[in-house]
Amino acid sequence: MAVEQARDQGAGRPFRPQIPASLAYALHAVLASNPAYRWLAAFLERHPRLYRWFTTGERVTKERLFGCRMCGQCALPVTGYACPMTCPKQLRNGPCGGVSPDGACEVDRTLRCVWVTAWDRAESAGHGADLDLLQRPVDNRQWSRSSWVNYWQGRDEGLAVAFTGADPRPAIAAGSARAGR
Amino acid sequence: MSGGLRAALASDRFVVTAEIGPPRDADPDAIARKAAALRGWVDAANVTDNQGASVRMSSLAGSVLVQRAGVDPVMQLTCRDRNRIALQSDLIGAAALGIRNVLLLTGDHPTLGDHPDAKPVFDLDGVQLVWTARTLRDDGTLLSGKPLATRPSWLIGTVENPFAPPAALRARRLAKKVAAGAEFVQTQYVFDVAAFAGWVARLREEGVTERCAVIAGVGPIRSLRMLAFLTGSVPGVHVPAELERRLRGVPEHRVAEEGLNACVETIQALVEIPGVRGVHLMVFGHDDEVPDIVRRAGIRPAVAALQEGRQ
Repeated sequence: MAVEQARDQGAGRPFRPQIPASLAYALHAVLASNPAYRWLAAFLERHPRLYRWFTTGERVTKERLFGCRMCGQCALPVTGYACPMTCPKQLRNGPCGGVSPDGACEVDRTLRCVWVTAWDRAESAGHGADLDLLQRPVDNRQWSRSSWVNYWQGRDEGLAVAFTGADPRPAIAAGSARAGR
Repeated sequence: MSGGLRAALASDRFVVTAEIGPPRDADPDAIARKAAALRGWVDAANVTDNQGASVRMSSLAGSVLVQRAGVDPVMQLTCRDRNRIALQSDLIGAAALGIRNVLLLTGDHPTLGDHPDAKPVFDLDGVQLVWTARTLRDDGTLLSGKPLATRPSWLIGTVENPFAPPAALRARRLAKKVAAGAEFVQTQYVFDVAAFAGWVARLREEGVTERCAVIAGVGPIRSLRMLAFLTGSVPGVHVPAELERRLRGVPEHRVAEEGLNACVETIQALVEIPGVRGVHLMVFGHDDEVPDIVRRAGIRPAVAALQEGRQ
């Protein structure tokens, strides 16, 4: 657990995704929730050792591709597959006001703001509206848990909410959806 | 103190706010002096929260002192140093002490301040903090769902930088904060009025200006040193080349005057933009300049007019 906490508390740095957004969106389709994955997720949670192996696999893959920090509540599908948890402020709702005119991060001006990257990738893939979603606060108990398992178990459904149309001012609490394990 | 910011925004007139940076020590008179210089000339004064990630007297204590000195405080609160427990606790405490306005923001990163070795918290982000405040006030519950018997009633404000990339996202990002609960927004320094007007036009299109009062950040550039500081060290400030040329084009002893002129002209241009409800004056340490700027720009709040026996 100490290792995971160190990972959580370490200063993040904007990470440039290693695969194009189009490929990431395509890969997501492969992982899309279905009865088999839901069964697998429940099975893994009943077998802690398998769960650990599976989670390690997820970590290694997503670390290399997206700089994943294992927050356990993956926002990648709605951020153009640029991880907001690699923002030094871990902003989930878009860029801060300190972005340089050239798009550099205010904390490390040698790096591109991860939200500028997210916007470019999402917009060019026709997913720009994803960034308008209101992202709810993260559940810090989920650090180091598998976000794929959480997703298949339906726990991610309340992570974000749209504010257009019928519900211009949605509630910050998503009900049971974000209650976690 | 009269009606303060809420009453000013409910009226039709152009509102004026300013900023009071608390001292780096325990001297309450420093705040009282700054507030006295502003009294009657502004509708409210922001009390900054360890601005620039450098330790100062807390914004809550500062806000109480500003209020005692007869100015309506806007308590700034950042996500940098507090988790969601401490943030909610300070918001409730502010309400209990009669603070009527809060300005909620993410905050500068600790590496930019005087304790770069500090742990950055950022448990919530600025949007989520606005959302939390609205939940406390309008739903009467904590984030946990536990009810509040006595609800806070502060006005909820936020900040935005219209000039930072991605430009196309900036108006939509404010729309998001308004959906979360922001009722007024104070912006980063406006030096480029044309670019700012474009941002406000997009806000009007999205219907944001009807639900959120836009207060434009302004301030004089007093010296070439300050110009270099603003363009080099302050994240997110955009000084157009034209203004830079103008300030460099006058003799060194006239830069302050020219900077003041430019500030007054900026304010007068902002008054003409539909959807701009006021200005937020940032005059760091030169609080005595506020009356002069307000008078010259012709945007004197009603209170100041009354003090001078007019209206």
